[in-house]
Amino acid sequence: MIPLSWYLIVAAIIFCIGLYGALARRNAIGVLMGIELMLNAVNINLIAFWRYITPEVLTGQVFALFVITVAAAEAAIGLALIISIFRNRETVTVEDLDMMKW
Amino acid sequence: MTLVQIVFLVLAVAAIGSAVGVVTSKNILYSALLLIACLFVIAGFYVLLEAPFLAAVQVLIYVGAIAVLIIFAVMLTENLMRKQRAWNEQWWVALLVALALAAVLLYVVVTAQWQLSAAATPGDAIAALGQSLMSTYVLPFEVASVLLLMALIGAIIIAREERKEGE
Amino acid sequence: MEGLIRLVPLIPAIPLLSFAVIAIYLRRYHKLSSYVAVAAIFISWLLSMVIVLSAVAQMPHFAEEPAVHLTLLRVPTGGTSLDIGVQIDPLTVALLFMVPTVCLMIFIYSTGYMHGDPRYSRFFAYISLFTTGMLGLVVADNLLLLFICWEVMGLCSYLLIGFWFEKPSAMWAGLKAFITTRIGDVLLMLGMVLLYTQTGALRFETVFAGVERLAETNPTLMYVTALLVFGGAVGKSAQFPLHVWLPDAMEGPTPVSALIHAATMVAAGVFLVARMFPIFVVLSGMPALAWVAAIGAFTAFFASTIAIAQDDIKRVLAYSTISQLGYMIMALGLGGFVAAVFHLITHAFFKALLFLGSGSVIHGVGTNDMMEMGGLRKKMPYTFWTFLIGMLALAGVPPLAGFWSKDEILAVAFEQNMLIWVMGTLAAFITAFYMTRQVFLTFMGQPRNEEIHAHESPPAMYVPLIILAIGAVLIGLLGVPAELPVLGPLLGNNPFHHFLAEQFSQWHYVHLPHVGFNALVMLISVVMAGGGIALGYLVYGRKPLQAGQRDPLERMGAVWTLLRNKYYIDEIYRATIIRGTILLADLFFKFDQGVIDFIVNLIGKLTERWSYVSGLFDTYVIDGIVNGVGRVTSAVGQELRYIQTGRVQNYLVIVVISVVLLMGVFLYM
Repeated sequence: MIPLSWYLIVAAIIFCIGLYGALARRNAIGVLMGIELMLNAVNINLIAFWRYITPEVLTGQVFALFVITVAAAEAAIGLALIISIFRNRETVTVEDLDMMKW
Repeated sequence: MTLVQIVFLVLAVAAIGSAVGVVTSKNILYSALLLIACLFVIAGFYVLLEAPFLAAVQVLIYVGAIAVLIIFAVMLTENLMRKQRAWNEQWWVALLVALALAAVLLYVVVTAQWQLSAAATPGDAIAALGQSLMSTYVLPFEVASVLLLMALIGAIIIAREERKEGE
Repeated sequence: MEGLIRLVPLIPAIPLLSFAVIAIYLRRYHKLSSYVAVAAIFISWLLSMVIVLSAVAQMPHFAEEPAVHLTLLRVPTGGTSLDIGVQIDPLTVALLFMVPTVCLMIFIYSTGYMHGDPRYSRFFAYISLFTTGMLGLVVADNLLLLFICWEVMGLCSYLLIGFWFEKPSAMWAGLKAFITTRIGDVLLMLGMVLLYTQTGALRFETVFAGVERLAETNPTLMYVTALLVFGGAVGKSAQFPLHVWLPDAMEGPTPVSALIHAATMVAAGVFLVARMFPIFVVLSGMPALAWVAAIGAFTAFFASTIAIAQDDIKRVLAYSTISQLGYMIMALGLGGFVAAVFHLITHAFFKALLFLGSGSVIHGVGTNDMMEMGGLRKKMPYTFWTFLIGMLALAGVPPLAGFWSKDEILAVAFEQNMLIWVMGTLAAFITAFYMTRQVFLTFMGQPRNEEIHAHESPPAMYVPLIILAIGAVLIGLLGVPAELPVLGPLLGNNPFHHFLAEQFSQWHYVHLPHVGFNALVMLISVVMAGGGIALGYLVYGRKPLQAGQRDPLERMGAVWTLLRNKYYIDEIYRATIIRGTILLADLFFKFDQGVIDFIVNLIGKLTERWSYVSGLFDTYVIDGIVNGVGRVTSAVGQELRYIQTGRVQNYLVIVVISVVLLMGVFLYM
C-alpha cells in the first residue's frame, strides 16, 4: 500500500511547478498550462483524500469532476482570450500586455 | 518496497519530470506535448487510487479536449520554429516564491496526522457517483452545465473575428 | 383553498410565457404582441380574482392556518435542499387583488400610449417580464424566489427606464436606478445569507420559527440581519438616502412610471418589510423597527417638501410617491402592519391613476413642463376629472381611498409617537398643497403656450383612467374604522383589518397594536387636507398663472432654491461618494507618480546640483554618498513601480507571497 503522504508530496510538487510556470512564463499559453498543472495537483489531492479518508462518501470524486469542468471552461475562455489578444496585438507575450500599467 | 510502490515512484518521476519540462521548455509546442504526457501520468495516479472513472474522464477531457485546444492555440499564435526566452525577468522571484510554498506545503504534509479510514472503496462506485450527481449534487451539476454553456458562448464571442460592414 | 393553490403558480407563469412568445416570435408583429400581453395579464387577473374571492369567502379559515403552501421544486444542494414554492396568506391575497388589477389597466393604457413606437413589441415583452417578477414576488413562499423576482424586477426597471435609450438622459437614469438599487440589493442578500446560516432555511415559516431562537442567543446578529433586510427595502422603495434614483426614473415611458415606479415595484420594498415583519419585531424593544419608523417618517416629510418646487408634472408625482412610500414604511415601523398594507393598496390605485393621467396630459400636449400647460380642463375632460379624483384621494379628502388609509396610519402614529405623527400630518398638509398646485397649473386658467394644441387621448387610455378612478373612490371603504359611527358597521366593521390581522396569528411574538377610531386625529386630517387645498387655491387658483409669469412660490427665496434643487442631494452624492471614489483612484495614481517619482527625482536633482556647485572637493567624498542615496532611492522606486506594472504576473507574485506568508503565520501559531 502506498502511504497517503506520497500522493500529497507529489501533488504539492506539481502544484509548485505549475505555480512557477504561471508566474514566470512569458508566453500566455504557457501561463495557462501552468494553471492546468495546478488544477491537476489539486485533483490528485482530492482523490487521494477521498480514497484514504472517506472512501464511502463520494464527495471527493464529485468535487474533482467539478474542478475538471471548471478547468475546461477556463481553458476554453482563456484560449479564446489569447487568440483574440493575438489578433489585436500580434503577441501572446504576457509582458507586452501591460496596457493597465501605472 | 512493493510493486505498486515502484509503479507509483515511476509515475511520480514521470509526472514531475514532464511538469518541469512544461514550464522550462523554450519551445511552447514541446511544453504542450509534455503537458499531455503529464496529464496522462496523472490519470495513472487515479487508477492507482481506484478511481477508474476519474481516470477515464481525465484522459477524455484533459488529454483529449483541453490539450488539443492548447495545441490549437499554439498553432494559431506562434511561430513554432522560433526559440525564445521561456521566462520573464521576475523568474527568480517566482522561483523563490514557489520554493517557499513548496517548503510550507511539504512541511504540512509530512507533519500532519491524517485520520485514515480502512474502508474499501465501494464496488459500484461509478453507479453511486452517477446517482449522487443526479440527486444530492443535482444543483451544482446543473450549475456546472450552465457554466460550460456560458464558456462555450463566451469563447465563441471573444474569439470571433469582427467583420466590418460590407466585407 | 388546497385545490386552488395549484392555480397560484400559473399567475406569474402566464405573463412569463407571454414575454417569451413576444420576445421570440412576435417582434415584428406590433398589434399581435400587445394583444398577447394584454390577454396574458387578463388571464392572470382572472386567476387572481378567483383566489381572492375564494380566500375572502373562507376568511375564518385563516385564523387556524394562516398560510397554504405548495412546494413546486425541491433542489438538493449537497447537505441541504432549497425548496421553491408558493403560498397564500392574507398578505398575498391583498396584493393579488391590487397588483394584477393595476397591471391590467396599465397594459390596456399602454396599447394607446405607446402607439407608433418603433419598439412597441419590445415594450410589451419587458412589461410582461416585469409583471412576472412582481407576481412571483407576491406569491413566493421563500426568500430565494422572492429575491430572484426582486432582481428580475430590477432588471426590467433598468431596461424600461432606459427604454428610449437614444436619449442620453434616459440611459443615465437607467444606470443610476440600477446601481442605486443595487446597494440595497446587496444588503438584502447579505441579510438573506445571515438568515440562511442562522436558521438553515429560506422559507418564511421556517425562518420565522428560527429567528425566535436567534433573538435569544445572539440579539446583535438578529438586529444586524433585520437592518440588512430593511436596507433592501430602502433601495427598492426609494427611501432616504437611496431615493435619488426614483425621480430620474421618470425618463421612462409614462406607463412604466405608473406601473413600476408608483404602483408595484417600489411597493415591493414595503411588501418585503411587511412580509418579513416578524424578524423586525422578534427582538424585545424592537430596535430595528425604530429605524424603520424614523427613516419612513423622515422620507415622507422630506420628499413632500421637494415636490412643492418641481415643474415637471411627473417629477412632482415621483416625489409624492417617495413621500407616500415613506408613510407606509413609517406605519410598518410603528407596528401598523395593517395600516401600511392598506395604504400600499389604496396608494397603488390612485397613484397609478395620477401617473396615467399625467401620461395622458403629456400625450396630449407633448411636454412635461407644467409651466407650459394650463387650461387643459376643457380640452381633456376625461383626463381632468379622473386626475382630480386621484388628486383628492392623494390629498386625503374624505371619503376617497387615500383618506381612510392615511388616517389609519396617522392614528397609529398618534398613539405610538407624537413626533412622527406631527411629521406625518405636516406631510399630509404639504401633499394636499402641492397636488392642488399641480391641478391648477395643469388644468385651470388659460393655456400658457399658444403653440400647443392639446387633444383628448384615445379611449384605450381614458377607459383605464375611469376604472382606476372608480377604484380610487371605492377601495378605501373596505377599511373604514369599525368604531366610526354609522359608516363603520354599515361597511362591515372594517373587513380589511379583520382579514389581514390574521397574518401573524401563528407567531405569538408578533403583537399588532390595536388601533381604535380616533375622532381627533381624523378631524385634524380633514382640516389638514382642506387647509392644504385651500392654500393651494389661494396661491394658484384665485389668479391663474399667465404665460411667462413666474411661480408665486419663488418669493420664498432661499427655501425655494433649496427645494427646487432637491436639497442638493444629488450634488452632495456627487461631491462626496462619487468624487471620493475618483479622488481615491487619483490618490493611488499620484502615489505612484508623485511620491515615488518625486522622491527619486527631487533627491536626485537637488543633490546633483548641489554636488555640482560644491566642486571637485565634494566629488570624491560626498558624491559617492549622494549618488548612492540617489541610486538606492531610484532603485527602490524602480522596484516599487512594479506594484503598478499592469502585468498580471507581477500582481500574482505578490498574491502568492502574501498567501505563503499567511500560511507561515498560521503554521507558526
